[in-house]
Amino acid sequence: MVETDVVNRIVQQFGGDRTRLLDMARAVHAELGHISEETVAALAKALDVPRVEVRDMVSFYAFFFREPHGTNVIYLCHAVVERMQGADDIARALEEATGTTFGASDPDADITLRYTSCIGLSDQAPSALVNGVPVTNLTVDDVPELVAALRGGRDITRLRQAQVGNDVRTAGQVIFAPTERGAAVRKAVTMTPDAIIEELNVARLRGRGGAGFPTAMKWKFCRQAKEDVHYVVCNADEGEPGTFKDRAILALQPNLVFGGMTVAARALGARKGILYLRAEYEYLLRDLESELDKRRHLGLLGDNICGCEGFDFDIRIQLGAGAYICGEESALIESLEGKRGAPRARPPFPVEHGYLGKPTSVNNVETLCCAARILVEGGAWFADIGTKDSTGTKLLSVSGDCTKPGVYELEYGLTVLQLLERVGAENAQAVQMGGPSGQCLARKDFARSISFEDLPTGGSVIIFGPERDLLEAMRQFTAFFAEESCGWCAPCRVGTTLLEKCLQKILDGKGTFSDLEALETLGETVKTMSRCGLGQTAANPILTTLRNFPILYADRVRSDDGVMAFDLERAKEECCSVAGRAPATGEETP
Amino acid sequence: MAKPRLATGHFTGCFGCHMSFLDIDERILELVELVDFDKSPINDKKRFDQPVDIGIVEGGVSNDENAEILRDFRKNCKILIAMGSCAITGGVPALRNTMPLKECLEEAFLNGPTIGEGDGLIPNDPDLPVLLDKVYPCQEFVKIDYILPGCPPSADTLWAALTALLSGEEPSLPYELVKYD
Repeated sequence: MVETDVVNRIVQQFGGDRTRLLDMARAVHAELGHISEETVAALAKALDVPRVEVRDMVSFYAFFFREPHGTNVIYLCHAVVERMQGADDIARALEEATGTTFGASDPDADITLRYTSCIGLSDQAPSALVNGVPVTNLTVDDVPELVAALRGGRDITRLRQAQVGNDVRTAGQVIFAPTERGAAVRKAVTMTPDAIIEELNVARLRGRGGAGFPTAMKWKFCRQAKEDVHYVVCNADEGEPGTFKDRAILALQPNLVFGGMTVAARALGARKGILYLRAEYEYLLRDLESELDKRRHLGLLGDNICGCEGFDFDIRIQLGAGAYICGEESALIESLEGKRGAPRARPPFPVEHGYLGKPTSVNNVETLCCAARILVEGGAWFADIGTKDSTGTKLLSVSGDCTKPGVYELEYGLTVLQLLERVGAENAQAVQMGGPSGQCLARKDFARSISFEDLPTGGSVIIFGPERDLLEAMRQFTAFFAEESCGWCAPCRVGTTLLEKCLQKILDGKGTFSDLEALETLGETVKTMSRCGLGQTAANPILTTLRNFPILYADRVRSDDGVMAFDLERAKEECCSVAGRAPATGEETP
Repeated sequence: MAKPRLATGHFTGCFGCHMSFLDIDERILELVELVDFDKSPINDKKRFDQPVDIGIVEGGVSNDENAEILRDFRKNCKILIAMGSCAITGGVPALRNTMPLKECLEEAFLNGPTIGEGDGLIPNDPDLPVLLDKVYPCQEFVKIDYILPGCPPSADTLWAALTALLSGEEPSLPYELVKYD
């Protein structure tokens, strides 16, 4: 059987290592086009694991097809910003041009249409991944040409829209300043691990993913964990809708990222590093691999780095397969181990018990870049930038209703209004700070400052202009969480769906004030009872708008007479049609 | 002073909750002292004609008649209680929600093993209530003030809740009365 041969060959390529199952599944998927139940069985047999383990993994990731599909796959990004910029029109044009619908393939199995959540191109929306190639700034007029190119088997990378702009609107001193390849590593080998950690401590560097944990402390805990092996992991799985800063870093400053990882390796005593790259960014892989090769060639990776006896370190890149939750560090580690990306119960924390059970420091791309820069310029230099508790600069991915969307590197402490002036959005109605899992700010909040002290953010900034239906956007954010919930715990699995339904009811004009109370109570339950960060933040779009925009809700609920708005006529339709009778009027003779 | 009025209603369920209600045994004499019965299957009163203090409903909503009477209960009762699993979640009748209504009706009236070839007919008399696409819990139609879980809730549970409400207290049921395993 073809499947078995392909599977056996690929499993052998990875040395039959169970922990590389994600890579194996990716390779099998690339070759066979999908992962059928037979393929699952073959993988399980070759690895000598229960079939359910393999099925559990492959069914988890959005980019694995379980059934045959078209030769070409178009993943149209259907997140909030993209829909604001006309993704729905593009979707209709695609359906018309291909003669199929989303979720299906055209009759000739040429083209399959799928929706996907944010692919990190919100500054160039609407956008899509076509056979993995990003196409941006799509208009309805572009669609026929795109479909014709696919049908004609032409190289779509030559299309005008097949390009990613990485213009950095504002380059700051830390991330996008000119960089000399290897400068940080050459500095690191002259320092002791403790001195490196102390330098970060002086810099007061905090994690850039949003939580803001002090990096020096994380590295110290990891270093102190008594194990023979330590790992450095770079989290390049930015999945928060509206964020794309790591895309710009990986495209423009890869040497700073790898430099930061190597510095971390020196500090932790790690010999292996892994960069977890989200599947949506697969198009960056070739350039990243070539940068790694250059560094190996220059002695910045490999054995005895920079002539430092015993400093051996190398990096591999692990591609994901489409799962928002894998941006959470323990879920990311599970995924690295070839499993579904379900967050682990903590403690123990990854710094003690991480990848393969060994101490692991998982750091954001931007954090590692900061670390590399700090080694070169000094901790004191870094601590001078920004505010007291938020040193350095922050990358912001700005998208939505503004004239200048893109990546901005700005000093911490900037107010929201200053940011809005800079990006051309002074008349904004609301700002979604930190993406859906962050908070939705009203004009009253625009004087607040972007910093750990006041408004911490992972970097996603989505702007809503005065005309936008803000609550509809919040419903879409909530639907996104319901879709991405891994299903492990009931508060998140059930709660996110209930939240969306309840909000939908209010938007449909069927809600009452008691529904607003119910929405808030339910939101608090989901927030406090969920197992991981996804569920704990999934109610934020609703909870923060309930707090900051109460009038928007009050305008859309009806008075409460105890009788719910229930569409009885719709519920009766099926029976009437099956029994062949007219809908009864419900009137009775007295 | 007039006694509080009590109404009970039955929708899509097995009447087991009403049976459990009758299990209060001799306490029913005490109940008669405490309340006046209004619309209820127990006295067969068909319609509301004056405000009622407490309404207790059993069963989920599976047809338009259920929906209409439930709304009637809400309009006429100051306090409305959903009694038992079916009223609260749809219960056993809601098992049909997992398949289309069309399939249920065809299996029951056209293709069932006891129906002769060509003898089947899906009932379509205009006097029959129209089935809904699914069986719904009561709170999808009206606001419910209290729920009494159980399949059925025990007579002691019903008694404790009812007597508390009648004395103007917030019912607080001990664990033993709402635990069913």
